[in-house]
Amino acid sequence: MQGHLDIQLIAIVTAVACALPGVFLVLRRMTLMSDAISHAILPGIVLAFFFTESLSSPLLILAAAGTGVLTVVFVELLQRTKLVKEDAAIGLTFPALFSIGVILISRFAGNVHLDMDAVLLGELAYAPLNRLNVFGYDLGPVSVYVMGTILLLNLAFILLFYKELKLATFDASLAATLGFAPTLIHYGLMTLVSVTTVGAFDAVGSILVVALIAGPPATAYLITDRLSLMLTLSAVIGSVNAVSGYWLAYLFDVSIAGAIATMTLLVFGLVFLVVPNRGLIAIARRRTRQKWEFAQTMLVIHLFNHERLPEAEAESEIAHLHEHLRWDPTFATQVVKYALNNRCVSQEETLLTLTERGRTVAQQALVQ
Amino acid sequence: MENLSILTHLDYTLMIVAIGAALLGAVSGTLGTYAVLRRQSLLGDAISHAALPGIAIAFLLTGSKTPLILVIGAAIAGWLGTLLILSIIRLTRIKYDSALGIVLSTFFGFGLVLHTLIQRTGNANQAGLDTFLFGQAATILESDVLTIGILGGIAIVIMLVFWKELKVLVFDEGFAASLGFPIRALDILLTSLLVIAIVLGLQAVGAVLMSAMLVAPAVAARQWTNKLSVMMFLAACFGALAGVSGTIISSSASRIPTGPTIVLCATVVVGFSIAFAPNRGLLWDWFRHQRNKHNLKMTASNLLKQPQRGSE
Repeated sequence: MQGHLDIQLIAIVTAVACALPGVFLVLRRMTLMSDAISHAILPGIVLAFFFTESLSSPLLILAAAGTGVLTVVFVELLQRTKLVKEDAAIGLTFPALFSIGVILISRFAGNVHLDMDAVLLGELAYAPLNRLNVFGYDLGPVSVYVMGTILLLNLAFILLFYKELKLATFDASLAATLGFAPTLIHYGLMTLVSVTTVGAFDAVGSILVVALIAGPPATAYLITDRLSLMLTLSAVIGSVNAVSGYWLAYLFDVSIAGAIATMTLLVFGLVFLVVPNRGLIAIARRRTRQKWEFAQTMLVIHLFNHERLPEAEAESEIAHLHEHLRWDPTFATQVVKYALNNRCVSQEETLLTLTERGRTVAQQALVQ
Repeated sequence: MENLSILTHLDYTLMIVAIGAALLGAVSGTLGTYAVLRRQSLLGDAISHAALPGIAIAFLLTGSKTPLILVIGAAIAGWLGTLLILSIIRLTRIKYDSALGIVLSTFFGFGLVLHTLIQRTGNANQAGLDTFLFGQAATILESDVLTIGILGGIAIVIMLVFWKELKVLVFDEGFAASLGFPIRALDILLTSLLVIAIVLGLQAVGAVLMSAMLVAPAVAARQWTNKLSVMMFLAACFGALAGVSGTIISSSASRIPTGPTIVLCATVVVGFSIAFAPNRGLLWDWFRHQRNKHNLKMTASNLLKQPQRGSE
């Protein structure tokens, strides 16, 4: 039972720690920088591993985070030459650094016991085995403390520089004019992303970190327009993904990190489908309603135009409406039914007449 | 003696691998040109990662490890992933980068889940995840070269057939739409061609490095020319060059994996192009800057001299 709790705790702490800076990456359109960083830290990890021979030493985290920041600098330098666009700069930098890492590993694989899968895919199930012991007391898994510290660091940064981050994200030029140093904020954020990525790769591996960083904020972005709410929601959604992913993995006996990523996709898809106003269902319903509303307006305008004129009787014959309005006959009957339901028209035998309400609708539409 | 050892290294297997890598580099360089020009350089990264569940499902359904079946599975999953990215961008306010990141990582995660499921069934015939991630260029066989050649050739022929449509789509999408070209269909066609190039490369250089094979040759070629056709030809040459040189370098020393070496070779080509390409390159730019500075100085001093002459 302790194992269950430990793993879920690590998963939640990691997910929240990733989701918080992720919000700003999503809003600043820099999500792929996290993908680049998470791959490019490989040579940093390998080199630091040569010296420390442990995957959870603080030196390793620092070295890897340094490589992450270096990646950001490389990308910016490439962009600044104006010869390479941002996306291509990212696409050039991280595979090159990653390749160096892979070559280092296979060149010196005999001397070190660095498991490639552990770096790339992580294994959450083993994370609780590495425990923090102080004076013989078991204080829980080391990962919780490492990720917990990173989480607090992220939280502190966001709370301290909330106003600056907000302004630099939504209006970088205004932030620069007011002297808020958006470049400094940018590099601060990138350093945090690097540290977070390095801390998280131990648990979920470098590829799935992106799911934790981009997934919950993007899901929250579908729900809300407020930055503070988006941060809170991202943390909640990240935790939900982590816990449900863990139980999915437990149920089917599969990779925990993979299951958390799968849940991230499912939750995103579900929200995408049902969220009010912006969801797929809401969009589809709005489009249908607009279609009928528009047809009804066409109908009342048609009736209004011919009202009290000699041809009115011929023009308001239900059976011939489709000819006047060039509609499909079945569509025309449906529109008539829709308009009758809305009490915009009334039916007298085979003729349609406008109601008071229908007349107002027509007049309003014509004025517009 | 030195020459002899190099000659013995250039044996038949190596030649096959080199030809395969060269073909692959040429195909991905050609099609990557579009991705780079449309600022979709990282689409390749997304497609290659999204292909994993397709491979796993193809294996679970058929139980066979035949490359062609796995390639078809990979292609379908990569294609679905791209369609999902395109519809997320179209229907929500989520931007390209986030949509890409989500699809890339979660598809890969789902693939990982399926992979552990396959492992658990203890099937000895399982597809290796390491191979998917890093590729195994050394295992390229004659039949693989044939597959790369034929499928890559078909992709390039299709591209040539739609040359004018794709060109206008890449440079001015709005104009293409106003001319009545079916933008979305062309977009999907272009993506499908990319998917073909990517799944062909998965075996050789793997998912993680495939994006570099699409981006690097095209970025290098961009520095030398402003013409699409020339850029594409150069990108194909650079891709092939990186493929061959990477294969030879990695075979000349022990324990240097081929895929990463090819990527590093491509990166060197990019670095060289950015530094030395005429007109656009950094060196050229520096010279022009110096010359302008010099000219400005001369003009300024001439201007200063003139009033003195007038006062005499």
